[in-house]
Amino acid sequence: MTTAPIFEPPSLGPLLAAKEIVVFCGSGGVGKTSVAAASALGAACRLGGKVLVLTIDPAKRLANALGLEGIGNTERRVPDDLLRAVGLEPRGELYAAMLDTKSSWDELILRHAPDDVTAYRILENRLYTNLTSRFVQSHAYIAMERLYEIHATGKYDLIIIDTPPTRNALEFLEAPARMAEFFGGRLLRWLTMPYRMGGKRGARVLNLASRPFYQVADRILGSQFLHDIAEFFLNFQSMYDGFVERAESVERLLHDRRTTFAVVTTLEAAPLREAEIFCQELRNRDFHLGALVLNKTLPEYLRGRDGAQAAARLVADPKPVAEGLTSLGGALTDSVHTARVLRTVGESFENFAVVAKREAELRGDLGHGPEVLIDVPGLEADIHDLGGLAAIGEHLFR
Amino acid sequence: MSSPAPALLDRRLLFFTGKGGVGKSTVAAAFALLAAEHGKRVLVIEVDAKGNLTDLFEHGPVGFEPTEVHPGVFAMTMNTQDSLQEYLKLNLKVPVLGRIGPVARALDFVASAAPGVKEILTVGKVAWEVREALEGRADWDLVIVDAAATGQIVAQLGAPGAIRELVAVGPVRTQTEWMSELLADPAITALNVVATPEEMPVNETIDLVETVRAELSVPMGAVIVNRVLPELFTHADEEVFDAMREPEAVARLSASVGTGASAVLDGARLAVSLRRTRAVHLARLRTTLDLPMLYVPYLFVRSYGLRVTRMVAEALGEELGL
Repeated sequence: MTTAPIFEPPSLGPLLAAKEIVVFCGSGGVGKTSVAAASALGAACRLGGKVLVLTIDPAKRLANALGLEGIGNTERRVPDDLLRAVGLEPRGELYAAMLDTKSSWDELILRHAPDDVTAYRILENRLYTNLTSRFVQSHAYIAMERLYEIHATGKYDLIIIDTPPTRNALEFLEAPARMAEFFGGRLLRWLTMPYRMGGKRGARVLNLASRPFYQVADRILGSQFLHDIAEFFLNFQSMYDGFVERAESVERLLHDRRTTFAVVTTLEAAPLREAEIFCQELRNRDFHLGALVLNKTLPEYLRGRDGAQAAARLVADPKPVAEGLTSLGGALTDSVHTARVLRTVGESFENFAVVAKREAELRGDLGHGPEVLIDVPGLEADIHDLGGLAAIGEHLFR
Repeated sequence: MSSPAPALLDRRLLFFTGKGGVGKSTVAAAFALLAAEHGKRVLVIEVDAKGNLTDLFEHGPVGFEPTEVHPGVFAMTMNTQDSLQEYLKLNLKVPVLGRIGPVARALDFVASAAPGVKEILTVGKVAWEVREALEGRADWDLVIVDAAATGQIVAQLGAPGAIRELVAVGPVRTQTEWMSELLADPAITALNVVATPEEMPVNETIDLVETVRAELSVPMGAVIVNRVLPELFTHADEEVFDAMREPEAVARLSASVGTGASAVLDGARLAVSLRRTRAVHLARLRTTLDLPMLYVPYLFVRSYGLRVTRMVAEALGEELGL
């Protein structure tokens, strides 16, 4: 990894110019989706090339801004006119896509099933529907799988991916490995064994069914349910080789040097702690940690000594200050009213200064993070258009 | 139900959900603290295994066994494997007992793939604690659940129903029936949503309430709006403020309070525009939903932990008229 010279402000630019895949992760509510989209927009405009942002669950207005309203898996080019309309001059091309979990899974089944009948049986199975829509890790896995598939087309210079909300940040890192382990696992073979043997060797079924596992499962769930599950997994197992191979490829791609991870967090205790754990785990597992983005931070002037002094004076004794403004006339004529407003202004500054100092403290506690550490100040308006994304981009690329 | 549902704290089971990052755990912990201060014995269950709920009471981590983390507040962390073991011990006869370890591990593995199993083990344990209390075998006045986030809560609370659809007969089916009844009883249960006045949390809250009403029979409680910024100025104040930001006024201010004056004015402008952006979302929440709203102010404090939990509890107490 190249180290930026010390006098240059940290920027995502060099990282985005050097990598093919950037995975944005972090806990819920930290603004991952906006930062990912802003990075893609910035890369397309500043670095050039074909850049795709794959978002998972964008706010409706943001999705609309990227031209993604109501559509699933298809990648769409964001028209240059839209970029120019907000004053951006694209050097490259920006594409956007949204992850549709259900149809991605369906495509995967159709690809790996040995024949149409098996594919159909799986797609129609109610356990399958349940599994793909409710099994949380399935979202995580399919996101990584889609990433692999798009990367394999070779169509894009850079793919930026947002990650789905998971109960904990590690879930999607483990998803490919767990998927491979699951389908290749002894346990699954063991679970489906009596059913694979069924019909031909009834005695063996009885023997197996007397094992504690089946006894327990049968008593709890009833044999019909158990049979349903087994049948489903039997069909699934016919795709075993394809699945495991694919999951391993996905895993390899995530570890590849062309892939990097960027962790996004706010400077609040809980998300920050999760971000630190996440950085640690990425390192432990030998993934490339490219950047830590501190999002929605308060502006630096709130921590300044001058501001603190001025605010303290306004809070303590606003009256003479207000009187000094009356000669300006207009709304400032009534010095009692002006004094009240001045005190409120001072108090508000002191309030926000407390939070700003707390943030600075947390930032200072950050141990040895990645080399690229970026601050994105909290923008006052919601990010729901390309202009908002471009404003974030100003801080990501300096 | 002809009689009106009891006040939130007089119910026996309160779920708290919300989008990630809105302060769901803090609000759940504050409710527990508030209830305990009103003489109730409370069990708080952390379902999302983040393991930081007890930080809010300044207590070390706890496991599956309820542990007193504050006078009157007991906490436990949900763990589906332990929940399964407990279920097996309670429901199965002796011969299998010796093998429970490996069997439970195997089932836990299956559970991570089979739909609804993890969820039912979670909701089942929660419902079981409430039923034990209702029938006098456990002494919880109130069970509070720091539940799954909005994205997963419907699957979690809907698990008994979903399992009933899949499993035609057997003990599991019977058990899901009493669970569903308990979860649907407005005298006992309420699902509360925590939101901040921001776009995505508000969207998710509105969507969630709609989905819960369409798909589940779990009664809704309140929406807790967290981190509400104060309204700094009246309309008249704002005119004064705008006049202060004219160059001549700023120059005079700097002369009398120092060069920091413009930073202070910028800080107030930031506060006003943050509040204004959020007001739009707050209004949308208020007009779209017909649920009681409880407001918790944005806390300008330096720390986290019990002190903050207490401040949130106080705010909630005021909102509830306690």
